[in-house]
Amino acid sequence: MADIVLDHVYKRYPDGTLGADDVNIEIADGEFIILVGPSGCGKSTTLNMIAGLEDISDGELRIGGTRVNEKAPKDRDIAMVFQSYALYPHMTVRENMGFPLKLAKWSKADIDKKVTEAAEILDLTQHLDRKPANMSGGQRQRVAMGRAIVRSPKAFLMDEPLSNLDAKLRVQMRTMVSKLQQRLETTTVYVTHDQTEAMTLGDRIVVMKSGVVQQIGSPQHLYDQPANLFVAGFIGSPSMNFVPGTLENGGLRTSLGNLRMPDHIRRVLEAADAPREIIVGIRPEHFEDAGVVEDHLRDTGSVFSAEVDVLESMGSDKFAYFKIEGERAMSDDLAQLEADAGTADVPDGGGQLVTRLSAASTAREGQSSEVWVDTDKMQIFDPHSGANLTSRDPATANA
Amino acid sequence: MTATAPANKKVGWSVINLIVILYALIPVLWIVSLSFKTADTISDGNFIPRSWTWSNYAQIFQIDLFTSALRNSIGIAIISTVIAVVIGTMAAYAIARLDFPGKKALVGVSLLIAMFPQISLVSPLFDIERAVGLFDTWPGLILPYITFALPLAIYTLSAFFREIPWELEKAAKMDGATPLQAFRSVIVPLAAPGVFTTAILVFIFCWNDFLFAVSLTSTSRSQTATVAISQFTGASQFAEPTGSIAAAAVLLTIPIIIFVLFFQRRIVAGLTSGAVKG
Repeated sequence: MADIVLDHVYKRYPDGTLGADDVNIEIADGEFIILVGPSGCGKSTTLNMIAGLEDISDGELRIGGTRVNEKAPKDRDIAMVFQSYALYPHMTVRENMGFPLKLAKWSKADIDKKVTEAAEILDLTQHLDRKPANMSGGQRQRVAMGRAIVRSPKAFLMDEPLSNLDAKLRVQMRTMVSKLQQRLETTTVYVTHDQTEAMTLGDRIVVMKSGVVQQIGSPQHLYDQPANLFVAGFIGSPSMNFVPGTLENGGLRTSLGNLRMPDHIRRVLEAADAPREIIVGIRPEHFEDAGVVEDHLRDTGSVFSAEVDVLESMGSDKFAYFKIEGERAMSDDLAQLEADAGTADVPDGGGQLVTRLSAASTAREGQSSEVWVDTDKMQIFDPHSGANLTSRDPATANA
Repeated sequence: MTATAPANKKVGWSVINLIVILYALIPVLWIVSLSFKTADTISDGNFIPRSWTWSNYAQIFQIDLFTSALRNSIGIAIISTVIAVVIGTMAAYAIARLDFPGKKALVGVSLLIAMFPQISLVSPLFDIERAVGLFDTWPGLILPYITFALPLAIYTLSAFFREIPWELEKAAKMDGATPLQAFRSVIVPLAAPGVFTTAILVFIFCWNDFLFAVSLTSTSRSQTATVAISQFTGASQFAEPTGSIAAAAVLLTIPIIIFVLFFQRRIVAGLTSGAVKG
């Protein structure tokens, strides 16, 4: 058990590209922290640097207060679970799990005791004498976990451990990982590209893009107060809607029509010296069918009407997709998000407005519908820097 | 129709298999048959000997040259194989895993050695070995054998090493292994089928060599079995030692068969399956 501190850590590759650019993360003892981002964002590089599998070009890595930059992986006392599980195929489950202890020169009796214990936690007792080749994906995954927990290391590093499992098993294993971490209270660094996993598992999330940390915070904080367009678009599913807007005479003109400008947002924008052209971000759940909004709420938002393109009824909610007239919001962050999601070359992929309406909504496909927007909840972004101008959290905005 | 189509296919394959097996085995059986024929029936052209005899086998063991040659052959082939496989394993691992300057050149040069016509090296080697005192010694044969076996060993083994997921090695490092421990307890066991395959190939190469053996040896001190067979003489000046040669040839294939059978059990296909998501 120990805390992990990344202090101005850089990773420079021989060709000059930066795999990690001034990464500062303080991971508390026993914390479950998630590194998340699209592929190539530097999250795995960062994890490998903590593991010692990749050299740190600059900066300092401290585990439990001592600098470990120059230490070999075996001297850092941390365990890692790999995406591919990396089980030793010539060893049985028992030997696989006991391997780290054997290397640490434990006595045979102690190894046996510890492996049996871990096998019980992971429900692997009846599989101890099997070889990995004859096991299912979920079982192999648990063996990989077992190999990590047997020697009670200072920290667990997990590199997308669930991404090879099918969807149903993944959800099951997600709760198992969460329970295991709570039970062992070991500092855990978990890498994933799946924002749902990040939201559900972590105490805190680190969002990364091109080697740069975008924001660090609790899942709810990242959802409510994204530091910039990238975090706003990456966290949340379905993701936040972005529409271009213009600030005029204290009002806000967008392709959804003129939107009411709440006082608190106006004050923040004035203080931030916001540009005239901005991007408005609204989460799908902050829309509602105007017909079902209670009267006293109507005035705290704006109403616009548009034709419903596609309507998906989920039973509890209805997802209504509207086609936005006029220009689409443009920014580097959004372009990168689209490229990562693969929607960049899908026609209309980004030009849609996704709204989550209550099940009582009378909206119908192909018909015009009145939609209410909760303007109190909207976020305003600078299209050039991508920064969230309405974030009440300036400290992390530049982190 | 649907039932006969696969049946026809099966018959077709069986016929082809049979032809291949006969093609490979008939010369071997012919030699075996010759080795059991008596001197006067040896050239009668019968596939199955009309009169059987062990005398050919008894005869070759009365020749001192052959027993010492057998000893030399076994010793030299085993030593060469062990050294070539150990060095080859390490070299192949480096080639498969590391990116170092001159890697391509190294692989190219080793391939060049394998392609070099051996006959062109015989006279220089003869002169060199005479000058440094290696002529007609075990090391005098072991050295060139290792040189020519290494490219083969490196090529076969690096193909096997490339198949092993690199993450296993990373996992071993994370589990607390030194690079040497990771290599010994994770990589080598997984490459075992490759190591044994290579060992068999190298052993056969050394065992069967005639060119170097005949050029770089002169006495029973280091002459190998292949050379000894070539020097068999008949009972008289005019008698062909066909029976003895056949008997010796049969004897020479026995160690190879034992060697292959022994190691074959270790060549378990698909040993790495289950390591990573399959």
